[in-house]
Amino acid sequence: MENPEMIKNKFRHLTQQHRRHEVVKKLQRLAAQIRKDVVLMIGCEGHVGHLGGSCSSADIVAALYGYKMKLDPNNPGWEGRDKFLYSKGHAGIAQYAALAELGFFPKEDLLHVKELGARLQGHPDRIRTPGIEANTGSLGQGLSIANGMALAMRLDGRPNKVYCIMGDGEQAEGQIWEAAMAASAHKIDNIVGIIDQNCLQATGSITERFDTNPLPEKWTAFGWHVIEIDGHNMEEILQALDEADGIQGKPTAIIAHTIKGKGISFAENMAGFHNTALTREQYETALKELDEQLTALDR
Amino acid sequence: MSNTQSQRLAYGEELVALGRENRDIVVLEADLGKSTMSYLFQQEFPERYFEMGIAEQNMVSTAAGLAVSGKIAFCNSFAVFAAGRPYDQIRQTISVGKLNVKICGSSAGLSDFGDGSSHQAVEDVAIMSAIPNMTVLTPCDARETRQCVRAAAEIQGPVYIRVLRNDLPDLLPEGTEFRLGAPRVLKDGSDAAIFAHGAMTARAMEAADALERDGISARVVNLCTMKPFPYEAIAQLAEGMRAVVTAEEHNYIGGLASQTALALRKAGIPMDYVAINDAFGQSAHSPEELLEYYGLTKEHIAEKVKGLL
Repeated sequence: MENPEMIKNKFRHLTQQHRRHEVVKKLQRLAAQIRKDVVLMIGCEGHVGHLGGSCSSADIVAALYGYKMKLDPNNPGWEGRDKFLYSKGHAGIAQYAALAELGFFPKEDLLHVKELGARLQGHPDRIRTPGIEANTGSLGQGLSIANGMALAMRLDGRPNKVYCIMGDGEQAEGQIWEAAMAASAHKIDNIVGIIDQNCLQATGSITERFDTNPLPEKWTAFGWHVIEIDGHNMEEILQALDEADGIQGKPTAIIAHTIKGKGISFAENMAGFHNTALTREQYETALKELDEQLTALDR
Repeated sequence: MSNTQSQRLAYGEELVALGRENRDIVVLEADLGKSTMSYLFQQEFPERYFEMGIAEQNMVSTAAGLAVSGKIAFCNSFAVFAAGRPYDQIRQTISVGKLNVKICGSSAGLSDFGDGSSHQAVEDVAIMSAIPNMTVLTPCDARETRQCVRAAAEIQGPVYIRVLRNDLPDLLPEGTEFRLGAPRVLKDGSDAAIFAHGAMTARAMEAADALERDGISARVVNLCTMKPFPYEAIAQLAEGMRAVVTAEEHNYIGGLASQTALALRKAGIPMDYVAINDAFGQSAHSPEELLEYYGLTKEHIAEKVKGLL
């Protein structure tokens, strides 16, 4: 027989479960919206855009911006904020989408990406774009920059974290491993490196072109606490980000298994959609599919 | 001969002095702290000193992260590694982003005489000057080096400071203030102007003394700010001269020779240069041997002046 306390706990647990379910759904919706914004940004007028890698990391970006990070869209330079850096700066359009959805700048700006004089450049630019922490675009450098931000937080006694998404093709850059060593040598535990392992680089399969595997073993050997997840399972993403909060004395690497072009049927697992223009038909198909995903999440 | 002082020691000491006044000063090193003299900062402020190991690219990008977080980050290595190895990192994040990262290129020019071409930066000023948003400082003695450290901290944005390994004679009179982009006339004259920076300024002074004995009056101008290059000031200082000679321990391409030629392109004044002629350095048992071999002595400067008159 259940006593009143047990019933209360059970009810509390159910409420928490329900709330968590609602949070996950909200973030899945944000991820789908980010993908839709990415497609809108690329458009169908012959301008190329980095579709594949933006879509593979969209769920993680949604989790960071919609759940994990402390931010103030009205005050992008707020000192108490957490920081996010796309080391794979070419996926920056997914970050633009998240920033616009949160209100860092008007959504209207998304449609002017890469225009001469635009706020939104082809790769992240801290001077032009509110919410961008540092310029990236030359691969392999973001984790080092993120380390510097994390060290500054430590010097200033701030309890914040720095999140840095890298690509798995990008793991070929030697500086990634310099930064990996530096983070463990300096016991930086307020940094979370996330590897968007979509298995494709610009010209094809990573295992066939220039194999950067095995990643978990490498990051473990470099002194990081390693968590492996399905990078499209929102619950797993949230659990990993929460787990990182409790890791002390060493940095955390989340290796997220993802699908390049995720969410858009014809682009999934296709290296050809790394940086591409969309035909009108592809554009409309992508938007239709993403609208269907959004509608399903609204149910 | 005037008193000589170590330029790199002056650099390290001034960094410490600056660190006492400003808690936002942080220093990063790539395992050459005892040569660059950044170790002095480590001794006094271990918590604000980051040994980044033999990994210059990571050092410079980490400095970028510290700088976007409000710190003034001084990165140290030999000039050849500080300007060469992390060129892309300096360009992409620090200079495009106008970050407060200060790169100290130590043991520049041929001053690391024994180690040979791999350790002798003959192109660092050219590389750094070609990057938009970068300030390039080339101090000529200990006092000017101290001033450059302070100026670098005050300038909002990236700065490259070129420091040599050898001791340099004191040239700047006490009490002279640093002004960014202002060339300093160290000796006035009316026949010829010699523009120089770094270690070559002292050699230019000696050349001017020798020329004076031969009845030639030479003005010696020290250029500590190689970028933003003071084109107009140089043109004014050359006005009325019958000859102009530049002197630098650096490649003539992208250095003082080519910048001065640009400044004087409409002046119609005969001009020549003393510089490294697009060649790498090599090992020698003394810096003097290298200066003689590459044509960078006071005699070479005086000869060039005479050749134009």
